[in-house]
Amino acid sequence: MTDLLRFATAGSVDDGKSTLVGRLLFDTKSVLADQIEAVTRASVDKGLATPDLSLLVDGLRAEREQGITIDVAYRYFSTPKRGFVLADTPGHVQYTRNTVTGASTAELAVLLVDARHGVVEQTRRHAAVLALLRVPRLVLAINKIDLVDYDEAVLTAIGKDFAGLAASLGFESVVTIPVSALVGDNVVERSERTPWYDGPTLLGYLESVPVTGPEIDRPFRMPVQYVIRDHATDYRGYAGQVGAGTVAPGDEVVVLPAGIRTSVTSVDTADGPLPAAGAGRSITVRLADDIDIARGDLLAAAGAAPAVTNELDATLCWLADKPLRPGARLLLKHGTRTTPVIVGALGERLDTDAVAWVEGTEQLGINDIARVALRTADPLPVDPYAEIRATGSFLLIDPPSGNTLAAGLVGHPLQVS
Amino acid sequence: MTAPTLDALDALESEAIHIFREVAGEFDRPVILFSGGKDSTVLVHLAVKAFAPAPVPFPLLHVDTGHNFPEVIAFRDELVARLGLRLVVAHVQDWIDDGRLTERPDGTRNPLQTVPLLDTIAEHRFDAVFGGGRRDEERARAKERIISLRDAFGRWDPRSQRPELWNLYNGRHAPGEHVRVFPISNWTELDVWRYIRRERIALPSIYFSHRRAVFRRDGMWLAEGPWGGPRGTEALEERTVRYRTVGDGSCTGAVESTASTVDEIIAEVTASRLTERGATRADDRLSEAAMEDRKREGYF
Ligand SMILES: Nc1nc2c(ncn2[C@@H]2O[C@H](COP(=O)(O)OP(=O)(O)O)[C@@H](O)[C@H]2O)c(=O)[nH]1
Repeated sequence: MTDLLRFATAGSVDDGKSTLVGRLLFDTKSVLADQIEAVTRASVDKGLATPDLSLLVDGLRAEREQGITIDVAYRYFSTPKRGFVLADTPGHVQYTRNTVTGASTAELAVLLVDARHGVVEQTRRHAAVLALLRVPRLVLAINKIDLVDYDEAVLTAIGKDFAGLAASLGFESVVTIPVSALVGDNVVERSERTPWYDGPTLLGYLESVPVTGPEIDRPFRMPVQYVIRDHATDYRGYAGQVGAGTVAPGDEVVVLPAGIRTSVTSVDTADGPLPAAGAGRSITVRLADDIDIARGDLLAAAGAAPAVTNELDATLCWLADKPLRPGARLLLKHGTRTTPVIVGALGERLDTDAVAWVEGTEQLGINDIARVALRTADPLPVDPYAEIRATGSFLLIDPPSGNTLAAGLVGHPLQVS
Repeated sequence: MTAPTLDALDALESEAIHIFREVAGEFDRPVILFSGGKDSTVLVHLAVKAFAPAPVPFPLLHVDTGHNFPEVIAFRDELVARLGLRLVVAHVQDWIDDGRLTERPDGTRNPLQTVPLLDTIAEHRFDAVFGGGRRDEERARAKERIISLRDAFGRWDPRSQRPELWNLYNGRHAPGEHVRVFPISNWTELDVWRYIRRERIALPSIYFSHRRAVFRRDGMWLAEGPWGGPRGTEALEERTVRYRTVGDGSCTGAVESTASTVDEIIAEVTASRLTERGATRADDRLSEAAMEDRKREGYF
């Protein structure tokens, strides 16, 4: 069975992220003849001797003109073992917005540093955002080791430096891999120039790490997306994607926010009923009792239901140019429910340079991360984001324009020690 | 009871079904853009699975250039009848006949699809248009969102895309605006073929190897047809070919191939040295940024 790993890359400008991603695509033979030709032609035009693999991954015209990456781009490659969906998150001024977006769906992140510079301010910022979004696994790729003569001492020093940061951010384990994206050392092929390194290559690690996130071991959660009714067969089922845990016929569930208990009679798919379904699976659930259930409701394990509340204590990543001030009236989308929300007091702000929570400000600007109190019109069944991503995450939306203003996380998922 | 883990196709299928249901829950008038090609046929299959046992709660829309392969039209009509779907057809010819569009000198009608598409979206007040676009098709698509807002002119602004977080899609739009929705964004060409095999999805016969009278133009094998060709020194010859995409007959090229089953096509795609658009769509060769320009003006 081949499975699917969703991961993100992050790093500051010029650390070699585009080259690394290009190298992964190239060495896994995910780039085809016409794309290689186009890149070779463009490289010759730029006066380069070897194809610039970073050109494989640069997308839109505006970026080609400016020569920088400005938005999250998705890349695909596969090996016989596994398929990969890579969220390539560019690191410059928009780094919070991009890193938050890429990290929100990732089971793993590859954070790049330049071997000559080691852990820099950008590295700390990115690591803080990845920790806040609770990406389950982190790889530190120390790039450009060809420029430090493949010196083991450099790797050891950077690894140690980063380990301290990672521990303070709550990462349980970090895998450190010395690579040269340009030359290809330890990306796909094991390098002979790093005999002192006995860990996996980057691709080897990506291929072997478990794909299932922590969600599967949590209590069952499923936002109801749609009620499927078929009059011909008198069918009535509640469609959704399992957000956390598993569900099986006979399970006791509670419908929230109403709080009505019932039990599951069938877990259906178009291919027939399932004995059980886990996080990530789209299903249709039938229930024992005739209850009024609509889009926006949540089905949850009856024995471990989330709290239902109008008052949220949350952390926001502010993604819009327009600033946020206390008192703002916005919309909040949680699961499949969208409800009006009033923004209360702003709390501590994350100083991403110092990686510390500091005294709050009057308003939030783009890329700010801060704690906030929110009051919602509808009561919401929420879990702390640190425990369940599916019921601990939300969006804030601007009512007039419809734009997404913020990524919201219930509770305080990032404690810096 | 522990649930079995999802393999790659299960995960992609569940993601696509989730997207179909989100749109059905949040929009008033969705429609599936349907060309008869493999990607849009997979899309319809996923829509059927998303709402089973109830019928798909929205129609299909075909923008018909008039330069069709008869096999594809027969396939379309059979599919619509079998699934009991409603089909809306926008005939590019109607726009040419009443002067809203003019035929291009090269006879190609792919670029002419934009206006009929936008007019039909406006006329039917469609607010969400599903398309079979995939991010791996081409570099300009790599940053496309799964739900992508278009203004009243159908334009896509890559600079002001909404960030897409977790699986919380924001489809809010003003009257006159609509969204394009790409449920198979995260699929690769090989995923599509493997899914077709696993689900035993029927496709138009032109995807499989057959003998056809073709002529060479711009490095592609084009079929003879009322859309122009062969011309000048171009000579017709019988070749064993198949199509990798379905589009306007004047600019969709066949590739020489003996692959006559889905398994053989998967073997061919695995070994392939050309991406599907590079191999077979003349209009994508116009410039490297051709796709981006057409997206800006409202084409997919
Ligand atoms: N010597 C060396 N140069 C590299 C390596 N990786 C990238 N570079 C160079 O570093 C520069 C920035 O790389 P790029 O991939 O564009 O960086 P990005 O801004 O992080 O995407 C380019 O000139 C690359 O050729 C490496 O492993 N070794």
